[in-house]
Amino acid sequence: MQSLSQTNQGTVTCTINGKKYSGMCEPRTLLVHFIRDDLNLTGTHIGCDTGHCGACTIMFNGKSLKSCMLLAVQAQGANILTVEGLAKGDKLHPIQEAYWENHGLQCGYCTPGMLISSLFLLERNPDPTEEEIRRGIEGNLCRCTGYVNIVKSIKAAAKKMQEEKAAGKKS
Amino acid sequence: MESPLDLTPKKFDYYEPTSLNEAIQLLETKEEAKVMAGGQSLLALMKLRLAAPKSIVDITKLEGLSYIKEENGYLAIGALTIHDMIELSPVIKEKYTLLSDAASKIGDQQIRNRGTIGGSACHADPAADLPTALVAADASFVAQGPKGQRIIPSGDFFVDIFTPALEHDEVLTEIRLPNSPPHSASGYIKHSRREGDFAITSCGVVLTTGRGNTCEDVRIALGSVASTPLRFMNAENYLRGKALDDKTIIEASNQKPEGANPPSDMHGSKEYRMEMIKVFTKRSLKLALGRVK
Repeated sequence: MQSLSQTNQGTVTCTINGKKYSGMCEPRTLLVHFIRDDLNLTGTHIGCDTGHCGACTIMFNGKSLKSCMLLAVQAQGANILTVEGLAKGDKLHPIQEAYWENHGLQCGYCTPGMLISSLFLLERNPDPTEEEIRRGIEGNLCRCTGYVNIVKSIKAAAKKMQEEKAAGKKS
Repeated sequence: MESPLDLTPKKFDYYEPTSLNEAIQLLETKEEAKVMAGGQSLLALMKLRLAAPKSIVDITKLEGLSYIKEENGYLAIGALTIHDMIELSPVIKEKYTLLSDAASKIGDQQIRNRGTIGGSACHADPAADLPTALVAADASFVAQGPKGQRIIPSGDFFVDIFTPALEHDEVLTEIRLPNSPPHSASGYIKHSRREGDFAITSCGVVLTTGRGNTCEDVRIALGSVASTPLRFMNAENYLRGKALDDKTIIEASNQKPEGANPPSDMHGSKEYRMEMIKVFTKRSLKLALGRVK
């Protein structure tokens, strides 16, 4: 059993974007604070702290979750993907490319979470309808209200990812 | 570092038991211990300091409590089954449709990826989706404590707002939904201004039809109108034995919902909510009736 008393700092070790990270935290530390403040991965944003806005969305063991709605201690042993892990070196992820090309971001604050939600949606449903896209990003608020271009970007990303997959099969 | 702007929970001791027995022991011995099972409601309350348990017993990683199994006469759902799994389960979609309706309306994808049916039941928020659907479905609740296992019927489980019929050292392990007879169908509709919000009013219906489209049996539960999910007894009693058509459905929906005492708040006045009970009872009955095969 893992146990940790309130003021004690415990070690949390997890894999983020393929790299092992370790850090110390109290039980009450939220995962998003741990990722940003202790591990210095500031791509994951905090928009509200109350679980509404989705700016802190990360992929946690293959599922999109809000990292402000998890405790850091719960990430012990977890496999996490944040926005920093989407691009491969200088090559953007097709979802990032699609957002770029379709003006899917205005101020960019919601984008890290939006991208991860887009990824979860497209992994599960490679060819979503507009309604399915809108439902897929229901947990991500864009305060610029740039939803029309975000939806457009996700549609374009779906196409890109399908084309890449088809090309991968041929070669 | 804790900035004053951060919403951080009050300090607590954290325990992550590796077995159900260990969890029960912790609940027995630790002061003001609270079970966390997904944490999508509890952690939100803790951040706002509306809840400040001294100990958290985190059962999120306990194995063997996430499943959907057809048993003899009922469907067994493990308490740690996440909403997303309930929404997508083919057997739930086919035979217990109101539950997939309800699960699909909870929060958003991220919350459905983490929140659990057991957690939602034990949180016992009358405005939440699953408790209302579970009362309509006549679910029973399997609780495990130091003295062993007991089964709590749906009518007894929701005691008051945020209060399930569990002792402080009991853990909800399974939820059971009885099989419906042939020619049954169900539906759940929630009324909210924005997707994923808590319900202004919600209604779950399980309907069994007999010869000539008569109503053999019906269970109707209302959400967000009382301190617990509320059975709409007068509507049920009115409908039993009657032919199901637009007229009887409207008549049933217009019955007096005994015990309904919805709050007035920014989402709607009491009067508005009382009116919405009629509208959403009618729509849910029609939805269920349209699904009868």
